Amino acid sequence: MAKDEFNEFKLVGTRPDRPDGLDKVTGRARYGADISAPGMLWGAVVRSPHAHARIVRIDTSRAEALDGVKAVVTRADFPEGLTGEDWNLQENTMAGERALYDGHAVAAVAATSKLIAEDAARLVEVEYEILPHVTDVDDAIRPDAPVIREGAADATVPEGSPPNVARYMEFGFGDVDAGFAEADLVMEKTYKTEATHQGYIEPHACLGQLGEDGKGDMWVCTQGQWFIRKMCTAVLGLETAQLRVTPSEIGGGFGGKTTIFMEPLSLALSRKAGGRPVKIVMSRSEVLRATGPTASASMDVKIGMKKDGAITAARAEFRMQGGAFPGAPVDMALYCAFAGYKLSAVQHIGYDVLANRPKCAAYRAPGSPMGAFAVESLVDEMCRELALDPIEVRQKNAVKTGDKASYGPKFGSIGLVEVLDAVKDHPNLAAPLGPNQGRGVAAGYWFNHNGETSVSMAISEDGTAQVSVGTPDIGGSRASIALMVAETLGISYDDVRVNVVETGALGVNEPTHGSRATFATGKAAVEATGHAIREMCRRAAREWGIDEEAVEWADGAAQPAGPNAGKFPPMTIKEIAGKMGGTGGPISGHHESVPDGVGASFGAHVVDIEVDPETGRVTILRYLVVQDAGRAIHPSYVEGQYQGGAAQGIGWALNEEYIYDDMGRLQNPIFLDYRVPVASDLPMIDTVIVEVPNPGHPYGVRGVGETGITPPLPAIANAIEAATGARLRDLPMNPPKVLAAIKAVKA
Amino acid sequence: MSKIHVTTKVNGDAVEFLADPRETLLDCLRDHVGLTGSKEGCGTGDCGACSVTLDGTLVCSCLVLGVEAEGRDIATIEGMSDGHDLHPLQRKFIEHAALQCGFCTPGILVAAKALLEENPDPTEEEVRYWLAGNLCRCTGYDKIVRAVLDAAAEMRKEAA
Amino acid sequence: MNYHTPASFEDAVQLASAASGTTRFLAGGTDVLVQMRAGMVIPDDLIDLKKIQGVKDITRTADGGWRIGIAVSGAEMGAHGALCADWPGVVEGMELVGSTQIQGRATLVGNLCNGSPAADGVPGLAAAGAAVTITGPGGTRDVAVADVPAGPGKTVLGKGEVISAITLPPRGASGGDAYLRFIPRTEMDIAVVGCAVNLTVDGDKISAARVSLGAVAPTVLLVEDAANAIIGTTLDDAALNALATAASAACNPINDKRGTVEFRTEVAGVLARRAAKIAYARARGE
Repeated sequence: MAKDEFNEFKLVGTRPDRPDGLDKVTGRARYGADISAPGMLWGAVVRSPHAHARIVRIDTSRAEALDGVKAVVTRADFPEGLTGEDWNLQENTMAGERALYDGHAVAAVAATSKLIAEDAARLVEVEYEILPHVTDVDDAIRPDAPVIREGAADATVPEGSPPNVARYMEFGFGDVDAGFAEADLVMEKTYKTEATHQGYIEPHACLGQLGEDGKGDMWVCTQGQWFIRKMCTAVLGLETAQLRVTPSEIGGGFGGKTTIFMEPLSLALSRKAGGRPVKIVMSRSEVLRATGPTASASMDVKIGMKKDGAITAARAEFRMQGGAFPGAPVDMALYCAFAGYKLSAVQHIGYDVLANRPKCAAYRAPGSPMGAFAVESLVDEMCRELALDPIEVRQKNAVKTGDKASYGPKFGSIGLVEVLDAVKDHPNLAAPLGPNQGRGVAAGYWFNHNGETSVSMAISEDGTAQVSVGTPDIGGSRASIALMVAETLGISYDDVRVNVVETGALGVNEPTHGSRATFATGKAAVEATGHAIREMCRRAAREWGIDEEAVEWADGAAQPAGPNAGKFPPMTIKEIAGKMGGTGGPISGHHESVPDGVGASFGAHVVDIEVDPETGRVTILRYLVVQDAGRAIHPSYVEGQYQGGAAQGIGWALNEEYIYDDMGRLQNPIFLDYRVPVASDLPMIDTVIVEVPNPGHPYGVRGVGETGITPPLPAIANAIEAATGARLRDLPMNPPKVLAAIKAVKA
Repeated sequence: MSKIHVTTKVNGDAVEFLADPRETLLDCLRDHVGLTGSKEGCGTGDCGACSVTLDGTLVCSCLVLGVEAEGRDIATIEGMSDGHDLHPLQRKFIEHAALQCGFCTPGILVAAKALLEENPDPTEEEVRYWLAGNLCRCTGYDKIVRAVLDAAAEMRKEAA
Repeated sequence: MNYHTPASFEDAVQLASAASGTTRFLAGGTDVLVQMRAGMVIPDDLIDLKKIQGVKDITRTADGGWRIGIAVSGAEMGAHGALCADWPGVVEGMELVGSTQIQGRATLVGNLCNGSPAADGVPGLAAAGAAVTITGPGGTRDVAVADVPAGPGKTVLGKGEVISAITLPPRGASGGDAYLRFIPRTEMDIAVVGCAVNLTVDGDKISAARVSLGAVAPTVLLVEDAANAIIGTTLDDAALNALATAASAACNPINDKRGTVEFRTEVAGVLARRAAKIAYARARGE
């Protein structure tokens, strides 16, 4: 059901000011590049201009001779013997024998100023022997493609597979052949998506310091300071606890800042420069060339449908390249692809293919947008063919709580039906459409994540509360956690301060990714607060001389309950805290877990567009996001996630792509030509928060951050067909492609 | 490479610094004057995160050299509030949740302030086109535009 | 890098002539600084022209045309009512360069001297018949704007030469100009195609016309065939079709990250039609 007017909570569901708001509107907030330290040096990275090349020789002598240069590092400064993902990370941090993509780091320098460091980087001489390269996924999967890495295939890859297939998967259930046989319409199409970048406005930046004794400190903009710590120590051969990583405020991540790129270089340079701190700030072109865009995909989808819209069988084969290392999110793309449909027969096949591109990183529901583009487009094409309403077809086939998911497990509580009902009822669907205008609908899914979580909280002497969390605040989670803790304690929102802390202050936390922060950190914070509450009840019970069990907590105070109800006046949190030093010491609570009870989030979008038939330019007229949040702790921040995800999806659908030339060099590493939506490209984005509370969370929370990027890609393709009769199956749907498709239809 | 001594005014305060002629005004504000509110998002004038005003004109400080600041009047995000009192735009941004990560926020606030000084009653379209040079990747611009329009309305009421 | 602030064009010319190594002139800086930051250009000498007298002025010439100082920003052009009234096509071309922030600094002459075939400020100037004054070691010379670009990133300026002024002819009666460009987004892109049309009317008939195309060839094009297609007509459908055909025929574009050959060629025709209609309406005082 749609978000109720009546709110059963005092604070959860309200819209107070976020705690970091003042700092961020005044410029006081400190991001990755905003810190300096005494004795600081600046780092600069030397990067390969070739897509694939053997590194014959690196001569750093001219760089070292430049006045002001204090250290130069190459791969020789890194330990050997790493395996698996640790080796992948190290190889990506700094090239070994070969440069594997345009922008791959081959050396780094530290100097007393940024300009000197950049000048020194230009003085490092690298001799390359250029090798054949490959960037397109369907080229890379060919048996005769240039080989990225010998023996890259893991145990999943069948014997005799092409050399760049690193992983293979095949899963499903039921009899798809029988299912297709009983269908009235079987359609099979191929869809392609190009790689895109998360596009956060803040480039990666860090200040790293590492001594000869192996003790280090790092300030870095990151979604996950423990991941940075684990990866840097692995890549450099350090002891984990000896590196302390402090997260700055983060200027956007969307998954791209959950891993390392140049961070180990700052530490390696620092150690070589006698322990002086080294600051490295990436330029925008370095970010686009050499951090972690998402994968590109080539997808074959086949669906069987009866005349009444019931789906009888489905099959997907996805090929994805995630750069020169395994890790393209082809598994997650397949898990999500048919997730909204109740199927009796489904087969999935996936290939994770290597190519001469940067090592991909997570990007907001990794894999799901690609799969949605393919499946939701094909369903729409079939609806057109059978003259069926696309929303009704999704309603007819919708999964419900307890159904078996297309990827295997049984769904817990989900809200797809409620989302589709809300879409169908929405006034946007009644908005009249004029010439060259069309409407598209699509659904999307993300399962959300739990992950390792450690939270600690404490009551201060004046009865206010502090909460130490490990998940950096990207979308307003400090506000949401403060709301949940304040609600649980029965105190004012302003009396809770949430701090995002460094790695030395808590046990391990997974990053803010997988839409997990409000769910997992929130759940742990509520648990931790529960411990503190029980302790406060114990203190009151002792003072009253009654049984601990006979004290409850309500309205911010310990209250005698049961037989003792009313015997003593409530003891407020202020009173308890004020004397805690004398009644047993500090009052705190902590909680560590991999929390269960994750709730998945379904969404559906409706987009109205207008196409200029003479130029192929697409204008977004109207956009609606409907998505299940479980419970919106802070509705403004839930709306923000819906709108932000939609905007990224719109960019991916229309104009964003990685463009490589025939030498394998990235042609558009700046925002001029990597075309993200600007303010004038978008209308207001309408949102509807559906709430089907997740029973696995004390306040019913489902993660919401990721689902929103998946429906725009197919919804816009569907709208373009509605407006022009032309179906595009190849992203981005930029004006030249749209115009060509329109002309082909007219012909 | 010898540095050039620059004397200028930033947010009403007299400021001096030594600049390598290759350093941008953005570099100098951040690294020499201690004002890190203006951000570098792209270095090519495409994202607007470095927006400041130069003698009252909205510019990208990444495309102005530090040495060009000699004798000029620069206003950054740090000068937007009046001591304790936030500018209406700043208040409205918090109220409307018009920021998520906040990295684009200083540039957008400086740009929006310049807009309302030139045009106190902009339409939604005018706001969007004025702010086209300020990229935001988090919000989809919806709440930002609402906050600017709301601040404009409040400022018009106060002026009346 | 040596940073200079000469007080006159003669001093600027002297500095540039005497300089060895890489020299760049600085007005708005919105191209030079980008190139410096990217490491594409590291000037040994950067000559800032903004301290020269008159570089920020917009003035009428004796014959009723305009002289625009070389450091006048796009925003300043847009704020100049009389200039906008005479040459809206020239101004709107310049005003499309970049964002509001870029407009606060970018200059018409800088846009021309950067030599991009897609420069938004140039087709309008070419269609208007604008000229530049070039000051160099050998004295001064006037060159039509259309003759300044020499190829992508190149101009006809020799060593030590600098543009010291840009002049527009008088608008005259019953004239109108317009510039349109195609970009995939709504702002912030380099033109995939740009088209400027400048015409005068006699009653409802077009008596003179110039049609200029940008981003479809190594330099800006003045397309005589396109102009001839509409001269003597009332811009009816037949004339518009002939105009579009001539515009497309003149194209010699490249495939690149911003547009394909086919797309640019087709859209050049579309924009020529649309720009001509706007210029025609302006010429007729609508």
